[in-house]
Amino acid sequence: MTKKLKIVVLAKQVPDTRNVGKNAMKEDGTVNRAALPAIFNPEDMNALEQALRLKDRFPGSQVLLLTMGPSRAAEIIREGYYRGADGGVLLTDRKFAGADTLATSYALSMAIKKIGPDIIIAGRQAIDGDTAQVGPQVAEKLNYPQVTYAEDITGFDGDKLVVKRRLERGVETVKTPLPAVITVHATAPDCRPRHAKHLMKYKHARTFTEEQDNEHNSYLPIEAKTNLRIPEWGVADVGGDEIHYGLSGSPTKVKKIENIVHQAKESKILTSSFEDIDSLIKELFSSHTIG
Amino acid sequence: MNNIFIYIETEGGKIADVSLELLTKARSLAKELSCEVEALIIGDSVAQHKEELFKYGAQTIHVAEDKKLKHYLTLPYSSIVISVLKKENPQIALFGATSVGRDLAPRVSSALVSGLTADCTSLEIGDHKEVKSGKEYKNLLYQIRPAFGGNIIATIINPDCRPQMATVREGVMKKEALDVAVKGKVKVIDTAAIIKDEDFVVEIIERHIEERKIDIKGSPVIIAGGFGVGSKENFKLLYDLAAVLGAEVGASRAAVDAGFAEPARQIGQTGVTVRPKLYIAVGISGQIQHTAGMDQSAMIISINNDPAAPIHQIADYAIVGDLNEIIPRMIKSYKLNSK
Repeated sequence: MTKKLKIVVLAKQVPDTRNVGKNAMKEDGTVNRAALPAIFNPEDMNALEQALRLKDRFPGSQVLLLTMGPSRAAEIIREGYYRGADGGVLLTDRKFAGADTLATSYALSMAIKKIGPDIIIAGRQAIDGDTAQVGPQVAEKLNYPQVTYAEDITGFDGDKLVVKRRLERGVETVKTPLPAVITVHATAPDCRPRHAKHLMKYKHARTFTEEQDNEHNSYLPIEAKTNLRIPEWGVADVGGDEIHYGLSGSPTKVKKIENIVHQAKESKILTSSFEDIDSLIKELFSSHTIG
Repeated sequence: MNNIFIYIETEGGKIADVSLELLTKARSLAKELSCEVEALIIGDSVAQHKEELFKYGAQTIHVAEDKKLKHYLTLPYSSIVISVLKKENPQIALFGATSVGRDLAPRVSSALVSGLTADCTSLEIGDHKEVKSGKEYKNLLYQIRPAFGGNIIATIINPDCRPQMATVREGVMKKEALDVAVKGKVKVIDTAAIIKDEDFVVEIIERHIEERKIDIKGSPVIIAGGFGVGSKENFKLLYDLAAVLGAEVGASRAAVDAGFAEPARQIGQTGVTVRPKLYIAVGISGQIQHTAGMDQSAMIISINNDPAAPIHQIADYAIVGDLNEIIPRMIKSYKLNSK
């Protein structure tokens, strides 16, 4: 088959909330969010792999990363390059700030319209919010069908994509026409590692902002190599109605944030000795908790 | 107008527990708001469920029946939900945070340009004053959920957009039927007028839906393991203890991510929520992500070799030590005492 696909992978740079180490804790027992390392959202990695597999199967296909965030999120585009993507766009603008899932979806959908892909693949959800809302909302904004919880894209007949979905209680295989939005579940195959050749080539890829901000000027200039320029798009580049972006485009507001500090309750401390354990089991029997 | 809508999910000819839990919750919210509870049910032959929905307090049931709607499909189902919510204009719309609800609700919220909060662990009614404008809002839905990997609890509101939408996981809220069913009414939705051929572009080729074999929610005693258990092999000890106590084995997200246990065993914000008689947490540190799914257990025993593990603080009995010693001793003691 000679079909060439244009695939956009939606990826997010997230704080690594999975392993909150001691150095990320403040004295009051709450998490210092700024101290958490910024990573490529895990399920977006699974999404990237699905895109790269399609590219393997249909040579000449193009895989582009689309991410929204501050300047440092350009790292997502570089990471995509290292693993075999062909490029990407960083959506960045102060006007995007404070976006909830709906305003985020609006911004992403406007950028996708500009790119015009055949397939949009995203992770099911990001670990900093666990909402799983952006994928379906992007699909709705574009008026495309959505296939959520994909575990594998098993086939493409040049017209329709066959996708295996992982549901709570089993699996389902569906066939969808394109363009479509696919969200990928964590049970999908892991992403391939970085490729040394790509790493050498693309580690110098920079956004314009990064180049400007580089006070030490320690890395090589991009020179005239346009393929190493990571494009940055703002509201002016993607168009749309400003009211739908950022805070004003976000119907949900955070009323209150409570940091988790574990409250002590009266607990009996036991040792691992048989005597302690035996008295506990006896208590459980007498209170009919077990038995 | 201005009522609370609950999306009713069915599976295998039965109403999903989470839908009945939401109806139960909606009754108390409706009382506070002096409004009514309405249910929306979509499927092949679903009108038969009306008596049960009346028993759980649905005062109006909107029924969309069509042979083509036998299985859940995003596009036709969302078309119907969007159409009904636009017409009825409820103040609150709630969905189960299931595979279906989490696929459907965001699509609906996007079409209605209304806010949605995923995986709420608590819903309350309260007021809000906008700091900048000084504008006051009465009787908003407080949508409360852990966020940021469970390191914070956020209260989310939708001051201006309606409906206020939220998804809630199964098992988070209590399910309670009324003593006397309400005498409600049924409104039949003209599905033919809503769904179009384009809504069926995605076809289901195959599905094996398996009933969940692992029944963590229904088990009165749960032995749950975390990353600290160390390996899949060490998890065997938990199964041994579970076999003796007639318990079910659960796991934290970290243990599932590490491959120690199947995803169906996951307990916590992104797993099932449980409230057993006895919960034994083994090698679990006690991040809120996990404790949000089990802290309502009647009794908690924690086993962890780290005396500073937060799980000990919510435990009734905290055993500090090596699980490889403790669990065999528990089994031995059980056998001695059970006669």
